[in-house]
Amino acid sequence: MDTITMEIFIGVLKIFSFVVPVLVSVALLVYLERKVLGAVQLRKGPNVVGPFGILQSFADVIKLITKENLLPSSSNKFLFIFAPMLTLILSLIAWAVIPVSSTYVIANINIGILYLFAVSSFGVYGVIIAGWASNSKYPFLGALRSAAQMISYEVSIGFVIITVLICVGSLNLIDIVESQKNLWFAIPLFPMFVVFIISALAETNRLPFDLPEDEATLVAGFFTEYSSISFGLFFLAEYANMILMSSLTVILFLGGWYPPLDIFPLNVIPGIFWFALKVFLILFVFLWVRATFPRYRYDQLMRLGWKIFLPLTLVWVVITSSFLFYFGLLPN
Amino acid sequence: MSFLTKYIKSFTLFELMKGMALTLRYFFKPKVTINYPNQKGPLSPRFRGEHALRRYPNGEERCIACKLCEAVCPAQAITIEAEPKPDGSRRTTRYDIDMTKCIYCGLCQEACPVDAIVEGPNFEYATETREELLYDKEKLLRNGDIWENQISENIRRDSKFR
Repeated sequence: MDTITMEIFIGVLKIFSFVVPVLVSVALLVYLERKVLGAVQLRKGPNVVGPFGILQSFADVIKLITKENLLPSSSNKFLFIFAPMLTLILSLIAWAVIPVSSTYVIANINIGILYLFAVSSFGVYGVIIAGWASNSKYPFLGALRSAAQMISYEVSIGFVIITVLICVGSLNLIDIVESQKNLWFAIPLFPMFVVFIISALAETNRLPFDLPEDEATLVAGFFTEYSSISFGLFFLAEYANMILMSSLTVILFLGGWYPPLDIFPLNVIPGIFWFALKVFLILFVFLWVRATFPRYRYDQLMRLGWKIFLPLTLVWVVITSSFLFYFGLLPN
Repeated sequence: MSFLTKYIKSFTLFELMKGMALTLRYFFKPKVTINYPNQKGPLSPRFRGEHALRRYPNGEERCIACKLCEAVCPAQAITIEAEPKPDGSRRTTRYDIDMTKCIYCGLCQEACPVDAIVEGPNFEYATETREELLYDKEKLLRNGDIWENQISENIRRDSKFR
């Protein structure tokens, strides 16, 4: 084998080393979600398939794959099939720049955070296309809501990211994590951390902000017309997005792969373990929030996004930058 | 002042944290789930499940074809035909219950003067076809034979309240 094929081969292996764990953790996350929701409601959750029911999601996937994929006769067939693929692809390609340890990342590019932001903004297209291609009223309403919601919350996420960038002085995700070696940004930028988590909930269409798929008013929102594995792809993408946003939270605010304290027994444990642990904790918060809060009304959601988060993050950008400037702490 | 506390509360997410603390407490509480096919909940002696026609200990049918159950049945699920036996006693020749009509009100067992028709403790008799739920006399008597021990025990335990 010449060097180019070798490089391609290694690259493909590397990609698989990200995609396969992500897909497996999606399955486990669905299982975890059902367990957490069950526990909060004094139920046991799935406990029949496999030990403690851990294989439940895999059984569900097999069920979804073997079902018939219905195409509504009035739908736009090409876009109808294309939309779930797009959504899943977008939620997976974002992993290209996520560093799980100081050396292990598929593409260590200098504008990593910008790339992530672009990809996650693009995610709304899958939803819009799905809602439009279904040619049915509930999916269409769900898609419109989703578009408005994602755009609103991306603005505040943008300002939160800007605050972090002011503190780091680099768009490279590895640099962002490494500048948190001594102090995680979650501590000095705590309000931003909270705003980011709440916006991440809205960005991934999770409760209490899951208006695009609000089953009480919209049946199932933008994927009402979907069945079989095309529904499964949306499902997969939603949970992959949750994991992605949690990883982003960990990278931006919780010091990525660094242990909480740089002392002996903690810092010999490999960084990837700390990364996974932190992602798991953030995901648990996602599920915990889902188990606790009722769904927001649509106007409340918009009010929170534009009238509270936007001014709040804007003020914090100004406060942080003036603080750093006044004390001469700005990174060069 | 209340204006100020309101703002402090909303900016520190006080109420939300309180709610999340509550769900976290519930998260660690013991679970109430029963693993149904393996574990079953307790049943009252008055539980009204699948019907059964009982016999006397000597094997004779209790039912005397008085048709009170047929008359009282609000869903008209019971059909009875009767004629005298060679020994002169009235006995049913047909005793059908349409289990798809039955509303499990228990009026038939209340009406029965000889405790012949009872609703037993069995509730696991789902079938694959509708026809299997049209019970005839034979099926009801067989139920009576299968469940007699539990039925008579339930009647005994409930008798002091009647």
